Amino acid sequence: MTAAVSIDRPVTGGGRPLVSIRGVSKQFANGTIAVRDVNLDLAAGEFVSLLGPSGCGKSTLLRMIAGLGEPSVGAIDWPQEVGKGAEHELGFVFQDPTLMPWATALGNVILPLTLKGVGGREAEERGADMLALVGLKGFEKSYPRELSGGMKMRVSIARALVTQPKILLMDEPFAALDEITRHKLNDDLLGLWERNRFSAVFVTHSVFESVYLSQRIVVMAARPGRVMADLRIEAPYPRDDEFRTSADYAHWCRIASSKLKEAISS
Amino acid sequence: MSDMTLPTPAVPHDGTDAEARPVFRVERKVLGISTEVWPGIIAPLVIGVLALGAWEFIVWWRAIPPFILPGPLLIAKTLFDDWGTLSASLWITLRITAAALIAAVSLGVGLAILFTQSKWLEKSLFPYAVILQVTPVVSIAPLIIIWVGDINLSLLICAWIVAFFPILSNTILGLNSADHNLINLFQLYRASRWQTLRYLRLPAALPYFLGGLKISGGLALIGAVVAEFVAGSGGSASGLAYRILEAGYQLKIPRMFAALIMISMSGIAIFLAISWLSHMLLRRWHESALKREN
Repeated sequence: MTAAVSIDRPVTGGGRPLVSIRGVSKQFANGTIAVRDVNLDLAAGEFVSLLGPSGCGKSTLLRMIAGLGEPSVGAIDWPQEVGKGAEHELGFVFQDPTLMPWATALGNVILPLTLKGVGGREAEERGADMLALVGLKGFEKSYPRELSGGMKMRVSIARALVTQPKILLMDEPFAALDEITRHKLNDDLLGLWERNRFSAVFVTHSVFESVYLSQRIVVMAARPGRVMADLRIEAPYPRDDEFRTSADYAHWCRIASSKLKEAISS
Repeated sequence: MSDMTLPTPAVPHDGTDAEARPVFRVERKVLGISTEVWPGIIAPLVIGVLALGAWEFIVWWRAIPPFILPGPLLIAKTLFDDWGTLSASLWITLRITAAALIAAVSLGVGLAILFTQSKWLEKSLFPYAVILQVTPVVSIAPLIIIWVGDINLSLLICAWIVAFFPILSNTILGLNSADHNLINLFQLYRASRWQTLRYLRLPAALPYFLGGLKISGGLALIGAVVAEFVAGSGGSASGLAYRILEAGYQLKIPRMFAALIMISMSGIAIFLAISWLSHMLLRRWHESALKREN
């Protein structure tokens, strides 16, 4: 398989995947099977979308990758980590910005550093740099309530990236935003990804968003949540408005759509 | 004079979100108070002056003797003449109130933190806090005075019992109402219990705690006065309640009113002080402090 991705991603960890999901199932206490027998490998530096209707377990799967909840069956391994229990840096972006209202934008961004014991000037400088990178230079001292929805989401992304994680997990982060803001944030997210080369796992129910962003789309079906298709979007980066209106984009959207339709009707 | 409360605007470098910055209202001020607040100050003042005037007029017109109902002017004069005795008593009552409030805050917050760290502890102790709350302080004050012996300590305990519960129950509610996703985020970064408490639960509980404090401030004063009433008949205390009892026995009704006014004014002052503190602590971020913005 030849990947027509223009940026050449270095394969780290001797070709081993960053995250290895093996036979993972999750059953909730009330008996609902949220996820059934999922097998997935996520490569370092890869941009993957989990696409599916609501109730397909994509958020549950994402949370398990983050370590928020253990699988009932199966295992999620980090083959590149040495030894068990090694710290793997990860960033998480929720559907809501989930900011602390009592802290400034900067205070929110440096939270992960504070919790790791990095404080003072170093934390503040790293936080300010990160805010500048998401386009919020000058808003360090603003409180969340003084920021718009899109800006809050940018703060949330800056917070997730401030520890320079190997993997960024996003749970429908832009679902509540208007389309103009969403497109802008999609572009900026891709810019950050191309610059920092983290792995990205992006949960969404939007075909268009997943095609625009991803190298790979994992299509999931509901009741029980399971993987139905694993698509490679072989379109080059950087992707921009031109790509959004191209025949290529339409082509990939059509494919992803039909896979999603199959998944829904299955 | 008008002044703008606007943070330094940033260079809009991405063109989209900078314009989405909310518009800040320009406030007009007279004597440092917003013009929108003035009517709220003037209206009750006018009503107060009218009512006092009517009171004074009725007392004069019907020639009501001062030991039945003194007029406001006589009460003001008594307040002025007896200031030495009354202010000394006020000071005693306020000291007990303050000590009780401090004890209520430290024990209330301390227990609330303990309770949220251990559900088991909360389950076993909370019912007793409720029992303490629902038992009328008047009915147990004599017991406390007999058991404790020291009158000041007894008064303090009575006032504390009344003031303690709102702080405890509000702080527990606040500590438990941190955003669930933020709790997840703290888990994700492997925050310790202490870090979660310090950076998440305590700040989240602050508005609730301040709500409880506003109630407890007034209750501590009421608790202190009630306990003084119970103890006062023993004649060993000299707080404001004792002055009221004493004045009652001696039919010095104007002095009784003067003492009453001092208690009310103290209650109002405590309420205003806590409201101000609450506003200063929350004004940058909490919904309750955003009323003046539309």
